[in-house]
Amino acid sequence: MEKKRFTISVFTEDVVGILNRVSIIFTRRKINVESIAASESEIKGIYRYTIVITETEDQVKKVVGQLEKQVEVVKAVFHPDDETVHQEIALYKVKTGVLASGGNAEKIVRSHNARVLSVETEFTVLEKTGHKEETQQLFDDLKPFGILEFVRSGRVAITKPMKTLSSIVEQLEGLVKN
Amino acid sequence: MEELAIKTTTKQQVMTGSQAVVHSLIAEGIDLIFGYPGGAIMPVYDALYDVEAKLTHILTRHEQGATHAAQGYARATGKVGVCLATSGPGATNLITGIADAQIDSTPLVCITGQVASHLLGTDAFQETDIIGISMPVTKWNFQVTKAEEIPYALAKAFYIARTGRPGPVLVDITKDAQFETLDFEYKPFKGMRSYVPTPQLDLEKVKEAAVLINAAKKPLVLFGQGVLLAEAEKEFKAFIEKADLPSAWTIMGLSALDSDHNLNVGMLGMHGNYAPNKLTNECDVLIAVGMRFDDRVTGDLSRYAKQAKVIHLEIDPAEVNKNVKTDVAVLGNAKESLSALTELINENEHENWLAKFRNLEKEEFDEVVKDDLNPTTELMTMGEVMDKINLHSDQKNIIVTDVGQHQMVACRYAKFKQTRSLITSGGSGTMGFCLPAAIGAKMGRPDAQVIGIIGDGGFQMTIQELGTIFQFKTAVKIVVMNNEFLGMVRQWQELFFEKRYASTTMVNPDFQTIVNGYGIKTKKVEKREDLEAAVKEMLAHEGSYFLEVMVGKENNVFPMIATGASVSDIRLK
Repeated sequence: MEKKRFTISVFTEDVVGILNRVSIIFTRRKINVESIAASESEIKGIYRYTIVITETEDQVKKVVGQLEKQVEVVKAVFHPDDETVHQEIALYKVKTGVLASGGNAEKIVRSHNARVLSVETEFTVLEKTGHKEETQQLFDDLKPFGILEFVRSGRVAITKPMKTLSSIVEQLEGLVKN
Repeated sequence: MEELAIKTTTKQQVMTGSQAVVHSLIAEGIDLIFGYPGGAIMPVYDALYDVEAKLTHILTRHEQGATHAAQGYARATGKVGVCLATSGPGATNLITGIADAQIDSTPLVCITGQVASHLLGTDAFQETDIIGISMPVTKWNFQVTKAEEIPYALAKAFYIARTGRPGPVLVDITKDAQFETLDFEYKPFKGMRSYVPTPQLDLEKVKEAAVLINAAKKPLVLFGQGVLLAEAEKEFKAFIEKADLPSAWTIMGLSALDSDHNLNVGMLGMHGNYAPNKLTNECDVLIAVGMRFDDRVTGDLSRYAKQAKVIHLEIDPAEVNKNVKTDVAVLGNAKESLSALTELINENEHENWLAKFRNLEKEEFDEVVKDDLNPTTELMTMGEVMDKINLHSDQKNIIVTDVGQHQMVACRYAKFKQTRSLITSGGSGTMGFCLPAAIGAKMGRPDAQVIGIIGDGGFQMTIQELGTIFQFKTAVKIVVMNNEFLGMVRQWQELFFEKRYASTTMVNPDFQTIVNGYGIKTKKVEKREDLEAAVKEMLAHEGSYFLEVMVGKENNVFPMIATGASVSDIRLK
């Protein structure tokens, strides 16, 4: 089976150590995590981990099964790229002089729709959100001018299927009451 | 499953964290725990001193022994096994047993002491990150740093360990939390939204499964420990009897069905019986009940039951389609699933199909079993020892095994008339498991004849637990099948490594002298004519008994499915 890029969304209780429980499932199978982002979900007390891996669908299914098996994981789902709307954010630190010289750098920033976050005498911080390929393109274009520092976040993704987390949680809480 | 007689304490009482630990255990209905004291768990030991009448602590001789004893206890009784250890090395010594319990779904609650919370992460004396270390091998774990967390954490620990697919949990308690006081109140844990222990039975799936079974001409049932864990032995028997379904077992499922039941077609896997392995690749419907298609059972997956429709009755959704693609998965507790399924299947007969099993059984008997049980060679076999135990006992023994050739032989030949009677390290294959596990089993079932079957290698891995037998007068029977070799590894070296016997010869001490030193009655049998009398004497002996049998050094276990071979490539020699 062919390997593809998948976004795994893991919804967990807010407890110490859960990140480790989640990550060792990948470690054990020697699966490299390409990106990971975590924050509180739309439900207070439930955290959402967005994890990107490249694997076969068969293996992803097994991994998600193991994730969901963890006692403090509320739900784990996976989606191929075309079933998610996803973004990453990248920050670029370049010399201010490069942008002020009226050369190509300014054009590049414009054409990429990058935002200027901060201008200091010595450096300027640019921000670009988009898919990895897009933030990478800006990186590549700016590279000849010198990039002093670069950072990119993990992917965050909203899934296209309409089942809501709150309906899942409601159903699970119903099981406990019974 | 154990009776849920968990007490809710009504009045709040002020006590220390360590007292809260022991009172939580008592409220859970625990009366026996296994452990080893040390600095960071001393306050809990001090609290145990006050409740000795209600809560017995068994001092094993090593923390690994405590975990295996707790496993033996849990497997023999269906209750949760509890162990207690100190921080650092005490805690890390638990890991082998915890990993074993995890892969074999054994309910354990392990409580470890930890350095005081202000010292966490400072490399303090006997500090180790046991939460991090145990995470991959526990169903759940939790670190307590405040006394007030103790009753809730332990209630949750017991709930998680025993419900759904059982497993080991670990609660690590810092020393300051043990000393602090709290208002103690114990409430049984009621469940949590992130953990659904048992999936709801889907009757549509049950119907689909019944349709396949009703149409099957050559059905084969594979059953595992799920039948035992769900206490579904009766339901299982009713199920297979109604539709006349030949049934083969994994070693974890052994004893759930009487050995002499006419539908019991024997053991699956690498050293299992000829018929069920061969016919796995001939059946038309494969019905797996509470088993997980371990690689030792399936051999090469690409040539495993490809012709069959596969039905999987399973409590753990993560096991479905993990190794073998399933046509119909019935998720749920085996007891419920089997009851529902039995109602929908037709009474049936599979005479011709069963005859195939009988024919292959005969082939195996002539080629292998006959010589194993009644050897013509001068040297004794492990099989004849098992045969004598069958012959002279009521076959209601609890047989505990270690890991290796003797384990396969014991599983192949021991006869069972009672459930929960075979305790072995299945998934993990932990040498050294038997001696402490047999101790725990005997303590859980003092009424039962508990017989540990061990090789000379595994015996020496946890030999120190003879001290536990001595101190607590545990009337367990120990049979060491001594071939002065690490027999299973030697067998592989012979068959697959050109007889290059690297480090498998064992120069053993005089076990008789050692065991005598622990005040245990001993006997060594070197000649066949002495075997029968010695087995009889052991079985009749009231206290602990150590029987050492010198068996052929170079005997191999057959049948055998070589690694990477298909189940139907099983060899008789």
